[in-house]
Amino acid sequence: MMQGNQACAEGAVAAGCRFFAGYPITPSSEIAEYLSIMLPRIGGRFIQMEDEIAAMGATIGASLTGVKAMTATSGPGFSLKQENIGYASMAEVPCVVVNVMRGGPSTGTPTLPAQMDVQQARWGSHGDRGVIALTAKSAQETFQQTIRAFNLAERYMTPVILLLDEITGHTTEKVVIPERSTLEIVDRAAPDEPPGEYLPYRLTDDCIPRLAPFGTGYRYNVTGLVHNETGFPTNDSRDIACLIERLTKKIEMHEDDIVQWNEVMLDDAEVGIFAYGSVARSANAAVRLCREAGLRAGLLEPTVLWPFPTKAVLEMARRVKVIVVPELNLGQMAREVSLAAQCSVPVRRLGRVDGNPITPQQIVDLVGEVL
Amino acid sequence: MFDYLKYVREENFPHIWCSGCGDGIVLKALLRAVDKLGIDRDEAVMVSGIGCSSRTPGYVDVNTLHTTHGRALAFATGVKSAKPHLTVIVVTGDGDATAIGGNHFIHAARRNIDLTVLLYNNYIYGMTGGQCSPTTPRGARASTAPFGNLEPPFNISGLAIAAGASFVARGDVYNAKKLETLILKALQKKGFSLVEVVTPCPTAYGRRNRMANPVKMMEHLRDTAVSMEKWESMSGEERAGKFRTGVLCDVERPEYTEEYARLVEEVRTDR
Ligand SMILES: Cc1ncc(C[n+]2csc(CCOP(=O)(O)OP(=O)(O)O)c2C)c(N)n1
Ligand code: SF4
Repeated sequence: MMQGNQACAEGAVAAGCRFFAGYPITPSSEIAEYLSIMLPRIGGRFIQMEDEIAAMGATIGASLTGVKAMTATSGPGFSLKQENIGYASMAEVPCVVVNVMRGGPSTGTPTLPAQMDVQQARWGSHGDRGVIALTAKSAQETFQQTIRAFNLAERYMTPVILLLDEITGHTTEKVVIPERSTLEIVDRAAPDEPPGEYLPYRLTDDCIPRLAPFGTGYRYNVTGLVHNETGFPTNDSRDIACLIERLTKKIEMHEDDIVQWNEVMLDDAEVGIFAYGSVARSANAAVRLCREAGLRAGLLEPTVLWPFPTKAVLEMARRVKVIVVPELNLGQMAREVSLAAQCSVPVRRLGRVDGNPITPQQIVDLVGEVL
Repeated sequence: MFDYLKYVREENFPHIWCSGCGDGIVLKALLRAVDKLGIDRDEAVMVSGIGCSSRTPGYVDVNTLHTTHGRALAFATGVKSAKPHLTVIVVTGDGDATAIGGNHFIHAARRNIDLTVLLYNNYIYGMTGGQCSPTTPRGARASTAPFGNLEPPFNISGLAIAAGASFVARGDVYNAKKLETLILKALQKKGFSLVEVVTPCPTAYGRRNRMANPVKMMEHLRDTAVSMEKWESMSGEERAGKFRTGVLCDVERPEYTEEYARLVEEVRTDR
């Protein structure tokens, strides 16, 4: 039995995380607290920084030495981290940023569930870049998704966001921790060439750079300025376009490997529910209740929010008469669903922002209404 | 003649600094100090923020990390605590370290983490064209203080000492040999070591403050930088408009990464 936040800490350590920098903020603080116990015991580093900007910076600095690194926060801290998250995207430094969401804007509702940062996760930092953001609906999933976040970060050399919410973070439930040897753990690829021939940002077919850890004999430059293959700043328009396009393409071309979702009774569904995070729990219950009442509802439950599961939504849109999107915000993902469905079916949103969870009955009622 | 080419990335020259800028003199003093200590380039990491001064690492053939404005110390803290055996040198400006990065500056000093920080103090935001910085003197002109600056300046070295740094020195680029010695001492010291380097920015500061000529700025440095010994013998009146150079603080304090390593030894359960 453990809290979602503890499962996150366990998942991080299982994934090989050996560095955590954070700044306390509800409802994420337990992640830092657990790691402050766990990391020193296994020779890892834990540091409480002076603010979230510093925590993000330290996380990136640590990762550049080859250590798997993570930070965790909630809405206001996530806002503060954005500039350095963009830096990690630009310099292609793998790391994991956990955001246990609360309601906003501003200090908002520190202790209540919300999902108001899903668009910030995609667009929160300035500039064009591809983004990977995962989510989880239970402590068990949080454990697994934390490992997956590290794996994707290391494979694609990018920051990965894990969006949890207050319900997932604070609910204590059963978690099965598999044998270490059965877990798939990915480590970043080492350079293919010796230092003399090394280009840190060499263009490769898979668009993924091989950054050598600092201190291993490969001396190169890392910058948030636009740079060329050498890692040094450039103003050459071809180099600029090449890098900025690659930062998006790097994620887009690997979408099939990254994007994942679950489907529940979608085959014969007339109403498709799109729900993620803790709301997906209510949605699973709602599907059962609907079916008992003779309503043909099904569920599309993405476990990756960015890149958006466009193909899965379009596929669902072709099958159902209407899509409903319950979420703890005022339609942030409903917008994306509408776009992905390409106007082929109506999309109804159910946004709850009063600090309470969306109940299964609320979803059932909406399904009844739209059918 | 000292062989600077041994340590620089020749392909990145010519550098971006204006003629008459003092930043190159600091770079040279640093390279001489690094050479004297025989620091292994593979084990050295230079971290900087954003500004003219923060472009220094780009020219040095070590592991280099050019971060975001004000955040060099945060990134450097991550590098150093993840791999304490690395020599981590931070280059930052007066704006970078004491305006936007002020919080990281005092906390890195408080933690007394083993970083060597070269803070180029040119009293101005050079890179962005001469706006006020937290060290712009009262009455001096800046592009955002066209009628003279109203705010009192920070005493950067005093700030670092008060925050807990174990080594603090002030040098200047007119006295380049002495600067080299101060940097060398800072590199040798275990703990947060700051060298505040007073350096001219003729372009963004001098031009607005009747010192457009770089030579004039250097002469001004010559006339206002005072050694510790001399400072002691000066009256309050004589000290006006001048500043002390030398080692201002050198004390023994527990260093952060060593303390952390001790903690790990105590609580370790994985062997
Ligand atoms: C977040 C952010 N704010 C503002 C800037 C613009 N900016 C770049 S350098 C700089 C000031 C640099 O001054 P200083 O640190 O004193 O260095 P100098 O150029 O004088 O060496 C500013 C404000 C930026 N790059 N990032
Ligand atoms: S603007 Fe000032 S600080 Fe920047 S390079 Fe020119 S002289 Fe140096």
